[in-house]
Amino acid sequence: MTMRLPLAVLKHVMLIALSLCMIYPILWLLLGSFKANNEIFTVSSFWPSEFIWSNYAKGWSAVPGFTFANFFLNSMMISLLVVAGSIISCCLVAFPFARMTFPLKRLWFSVLLGTLMLPGQVLLIPRYVIFSDIGWINTYLPLVVPAFLATNVFFVYLMIQFMRGIPRELDEAAIVDGCGPFRTFLLILLPNCKPVIYTVAIFSFLWSWDDYFEQLLYLNEVRKFTVQLALQMFVDNAAQIQWGSLFAMSILSILPPMLVFFFAQKHFVEGVATSGIK
Amino acid sequence: MESIQTKKPTTTAAKRRFVNASIAYIFLLPWLIGLLGFTMWPFIQSFYLSLTQSTLHSTTFVGLDNYLRMFSDERFWKSLQVTTKYVMLSVPLKLAMALFVAMLLYKASISMTFYRTLFYLPSLIGGSIAVAVMWRKIFGLDGLWNSLLGKFGIQGKEWLGQPDYALYLLVLLVVWQFGSSMVIFLAGLKNVPGDMYEAAMIDGAGPVKRFIKITLPLISPIILFNLILQTIGSFQVFTQGYVITKGGPMDETLFSVLYIYELAFKQQQMGYASAISWMLLVVIAIVTAVVFLTSKRWVFYENDMKGGH
Repeated sequence: MTMRLPLAVLKHVMLIALSLCMIYPILWLLLGSFKANNEIFTVSSFWPSEFIWSNYAKGWSAVPGFTFANFFLNSMMISLLVVAGSIISCCLVAFPFARMTFPLKRLWFSVLLGTLMLPGQVLLIPRYVIFSDIGWINTYLPLVVPAFLATNVFFVYLMIQFMRGIPRELDEAAIVDGCGPFRTFLLILLPNCKPVIYTVAIFSFLWSWDDYFEQLLYLNEVRKFTVQLALQMFVDNAAQIQWGSLFAMSILSILPPMLVFFFAQKHFVEGVATSGIK
Repeated sequence: MESIQTKKPTTTAAKRRFVNASIAYIFLLPWLIGLLGFTMWPFIQSFYLSLTQSTLHSTTFVGLDNYLRMFSDERFWKSLQVTTKYVMLSVPLKLAMALFVAMLLYKASISMTFYRTLFYLPSLIGGSIAVAVMWRKIFGLDGLWNSLLGKFGIQGKEWLGQPDYALYLLVLLVVWQFGSSMVIFLAGLKNVPGDMYEAAMIDGAGPVKRFIKITLPLISPIILFNLILQTIGSFQVFTQGYVITKGGPMDETLFSVLYIYELAFKQQQMGYASAISWMLLVVIAIVTAVVFLTSKRWVFYENDMKGGH
């Protein structure tokens, strides 16, 4: 036993050192958001000599003609629609795969698994062409509509796996009581799917909030920009960047994912652990 | 009389089957529309585009020209090389780091939740522009890293502007986000039965041997799953290269998708860009297939254990 004590100490020293490395950049970003320009980039002043709250006010209106409120509303609207779309469509689609028999079921299921592995980059250009043909460029439709059509197959797969784990006796009882497929789905399966619905909600929110590529492709007008696009514009356009204000807006932009994470931590960890998603 | 009696139930059964199938397809409808409209059709279209010279407004069929052009396109080879290097470095490093920290954590029950939360944070925000901005400023000329080096009297550089360093700094950014994989490993480690360790300890197996003989085989399916998903994902890296280094310096971070983006949306060469995206698809397919094939040698399924020996 005496041999094990130094080992345990060593382990904790390593963990603490690692935590510091992991968290230091984020703390630096946070504290930097209160500093003056010249103070941010010196190691010696970790703590701001004076908290400059006006960095936040300046950052908030740093994009000429708009405030970040506009961009936050845009991002929030897109993300919430994506969440709603993903939940609705994935629940619907998973149900027949998990519980019903229908012609071509095996075929469709293999198609589903196939598209799960399909790298999205190959669809990038033709999708853009299609959206352009139907006049959806510079609208939120390309970002939102696919979510309502269960294009994130990963969530569907997750949902199917979960529904399969729900005891069949429950819906058999419902059928005996005279419930058809619709009512069985609504009254029996959905309430039991809460954990996986949380997972889908959390991850679809995070992914669409942090997504940059699609927003970059489809949105051209500053008025329609999301937080990510606005931040990027902030960096690119200003000749004399007020780093403090930029950091302030960066901190605000990661706030929603953080809040989701802290409030839904239990579901979050369960979701990651059981599903193996990022 | 008899025939009628047997016939009647079958027609109602057939009718019920038909009704059921219709209901099933009603449920499937959103996915089917999405599948046909946003996956299948673009997939076919993408291959067709790769055989053409296309802008948004015009298309001319050119056969295999785009594919031939690739062979003499140095930037294409560079992008493929850079992307492959990035994947080969970042995926194993990230997974190794995740596994290592998961091993450190999984017995520390009280402090585990705390560390788990802490280590997960970078994964949570890793893809955002905020983090990209942060990375740019940490390794910039007047950045944090240089100011730290200055303490030791070392002259700093614009690290992200150095062809020799830029790619590695992006790899570092991904490894920093090992938390998500770690959480998955932690869940897997919980399922390793404790009595196996005890038996091994009685047999005199040290911690390293226990790790190699027990832990590693038992979580190998999880490693495989992670390896495949991370590999497919990493081959399609875009945002970091686009926002942090803009593909530079000297194309050292010109990831394939970045090159595709540049060709298709900046230079309006959608045909050639599609051809490259098909080439990338082939590369990803080959790498994934290789991982799958070799996995038979190193992935251990519990059924094997029950089966014999």
